[in-house]
Amino acid sequence: MDNLGTIGTTEEQIELMDVATNFCRDKSPIDKVRGLIDDDLGYDPAIWKEIGELGWLAIAIPEAHDGVGLSMAEVVPIAEQMGRNLMSTPFGSTTLAAQALLAGGSEAQQAEWLPKIAAGAAATLALREDNGDWDLANIECSATESGGKVALSGKKQLVLWADSAELIIASVKMDGAVRFALIERSQFGEGALRRETVIDETARSYEVTLDGVTVSSEALFDASRTRETLEKIELAAGLIHAAEMTGGAQAVIDYTLEYLKTRKQFGKIIGSYQALKHPTVNNYVEYEKARTHLYSAAHSWGEQGRGEVAVRMAAAQSHASYSTAADRAIQFHGGFGFTHDCDAQLHRRKAILAGALIGDAAYQRSKLAGLLFD
Amino acid sequence: MADKPSAAELKDYAEQADAWFRENTVRDPGFMLPLTFMEVSTDQQFDFLRDWQRKVYEAGYLGASWPKEYGGGGLHSDYQRAATRAMKKYDAPIMLNAIGNGWAGPLILDLGSEEQKQKYIKPMLSAEDIWCQGFSEPENGSDLGNAQLKAVKDGDEYVLNGSKIWTSLGDRAKYMILLARTDFDAPNKYAGLSFFLNPMDVDGITTSRIKKLTGEYGFVQTFFTDACISADCLFGGEGNGWSMAMKTLEYERGAKVKPVGGYFVKELDVMEIVELAKKSVRNGKPLLDDPVMRDRMTQYMIDIQALNLNNTRRRMPQLMQDRPMGLPLMNKLARTELIRELTEFSLAFQGTKAGYYVGDENAVDDGYWHRSYLNSFSATIGGGTSEIQRNIVAEHALGLPKTR
Repeated sequence: MDNLGTIGTTEEQIELMDVATNFCRDKSPIDKVRGLIDDDLGYDPAIWKEIGELGWLAIAIPEAHDGVGLSMAEVVPIAEQMGRNLMSTPFGSTTLAAQALLAGGSEAQQAEWLPKIAAGAAATLALREDNGDWDLANIECSATESGGKVALSGKKQLVLWADSAELIIASVKMDGAVRFALIERSQFGEGALRRETVIDETARSYEVTLDGVTVSSEALFDASRTRETLEKIELAAGLIHAAEMTGGAQAVIDYTLEYLKTRKQFGKIIGSYQALKHPTVNNYVEYEKARTHLYSAAHSWGEQGRGEVAVRMAAAQSHASYSTAADRAIQFHGGFGFTHDCDAQLHRRKAILAGALIGDAAYQRSKLAGLLFD
Repeated sequence: MADKPSAAELKDYAEQADAWFRENTVRDPGFMLPLTFMEVSTDQQFDFLRDWQRKVYEAGYLGASWPKEYGGGGLHSDYQRAATRAMKKYDAPIMLNAIGNGWAGPLILDLGSEEQKQKYIKPMLSAEDIWCQGFSEPENGSDLGNAQLKAVKDGDEYVLNGSKIWTSLGDRAKYMILLARTDFDAPNKYAGLSFFLNPMDVDGITTSRIKKLTGEYGFVQTFFTDACISADCLFGGEGNGWSMAMKTLEYERGAKVKPVGGYFVKELDVMEIVELAKKSVRNGKPLLDDPVMRDRMTQYMIDIQALNLNNTRRRMPQLMQDRPMGLPLMNKLARTELIRELTEFSLAFQGTKAGYYVGDENAVDDGYWHRSYLNSFSATIGGGTSEIQRNIVAEHALGLPKTR
């Protein structure tokens, strides 16, 4: 089997890991995370501005478009630390939109939008629909072109941070083929965005109605780039969510360990009971495997064939590991675990949303099987 | 310190080693060869492996970087690594004298007297003197520090009474590295232990073979009844037994003494399981078309790949900062449990053929997979059970309190 990834790091990646570790820990303490749950915007604009100023949105954008010229490999440690600290911002969705532009956008589209994103403008992708299918090509939203204008119709779901995004890139069907349309936030009329109630209360998600939106033909990605755009989006999303979930798994295990080391029952610290100790070790082992896969995926990201295997392994392992670790965290906190005050539920809910967005562990494995065995 | 070879010197040596193993490696002697030194069952297997080790040693491909004055090759460790690579390439049989070359030898080279080095090292390399290990006891398996075998000083002798168990090659060994209790009033259980280089050919030492769950042999129980050994056999001083025993574990990493070379255990090639799955059939179709089997095999591929990559990641401090001991401590647990699960899974591929066992001509791969599954428990139980390993990870990597 020669499509298995390898592991390695870059200097920039490790530097960013150090910076992001401190930044996310300092800027996203848990009381702040909880405070933002009831906030409409869902993030602190001052911190979003800082993220832009740090150049983190520019990392994987080429220097020609005012980016840093690195790759998704260097985005990984940042997303990992954001996940670890439940720091919710449009960082992921914006990074994915930039990757979509790089894969499918024309020179003019890239030149217009990538410098804006690199400078801190939020963007997002509108991909999901009511059929609930993870297959990005199975969509109903449509586009009709006439006289240099393209009329869009249909509804997109799970569009993260749409309210904050200056740019929304939506997938639509035109003449039977999947196409991507660049839509500026200002092109949506009143009521086009409905805030959705998603299971992860730290995220912001919208249903976006495309009916009535018309864009110029210039705002479509070229049809010949659809295939690679779909592949790039799927892999970049897998990688970035794997990073967040891996960081989250680490956090929820640490959170549980804290409790196991302090809570007493029957006169003993409960962490001394093997019934709690051993499954916690199992969860830790699975987390370390997830982190290994994550940095293999980051390292192998650009390699044909290997990249997809490595990313799907990372996505599968991190989703399974995060889900189980958070599930057990609720249980091991006992009565407190059943309350909204216990942070275990924040992680459990976040893992469910992440799986819903990119395809859960079983879905990733079904895709992997084809790559490995057929 | 031996000089580091130039690229050309190393290449010459590697080519010679390659040619030697290509020419001399016997992979199928007509009987099943043990995959580990713990599985040597028959005289035929023992004689074959002993001859093989001597042959490799005499050719200069074992102990190549151990000191020349004691029988080694005196070369830089790069040479030995090249020879070991050639062994692996030709899938050469294991080195038999694991406890001697892997445990006792490095300890003696590190801390032994000149006389001990002269006496013990060369014959252990040539497999003339086989070594075994006497740590575990019938009543003290996981709790090694509680060993009770009694060693009482009597003039210039020690008198031994008690029993050791799971002694690989115990009935064929000339020496045993022995953990015994010399002080029953010591302040703690560890402080009462001493370490001996114990000769096996002594009145009062008898062995009894243990039949394994596979139906084969490989371990013995050793009984000590008023067995007298010279006080010179004490190694490291009275009361230092625990630290000596722990030291033998450190040498595995090759930090203090250069590794002797070769291998004592053949790692299961997990990719062979994928091959087996690919050629298996269910309901007239390829097994891997079955969605359940397909998903499980995929999950195992994720696990296998993670553990393989972990070995690289362990050497990358930049990815080990949060819990530096995590990966090293979890490795045994994760790897041995995975091998157990995988070998068990391989039986599920075989349909009706899963019913056969080693020795029947209808068995798939001569029963290799069944034997591997049953033998896999030696690794999930031996060297600290998986349950003990979980305690170790919990306490030493995650900081959870001890279970008492």
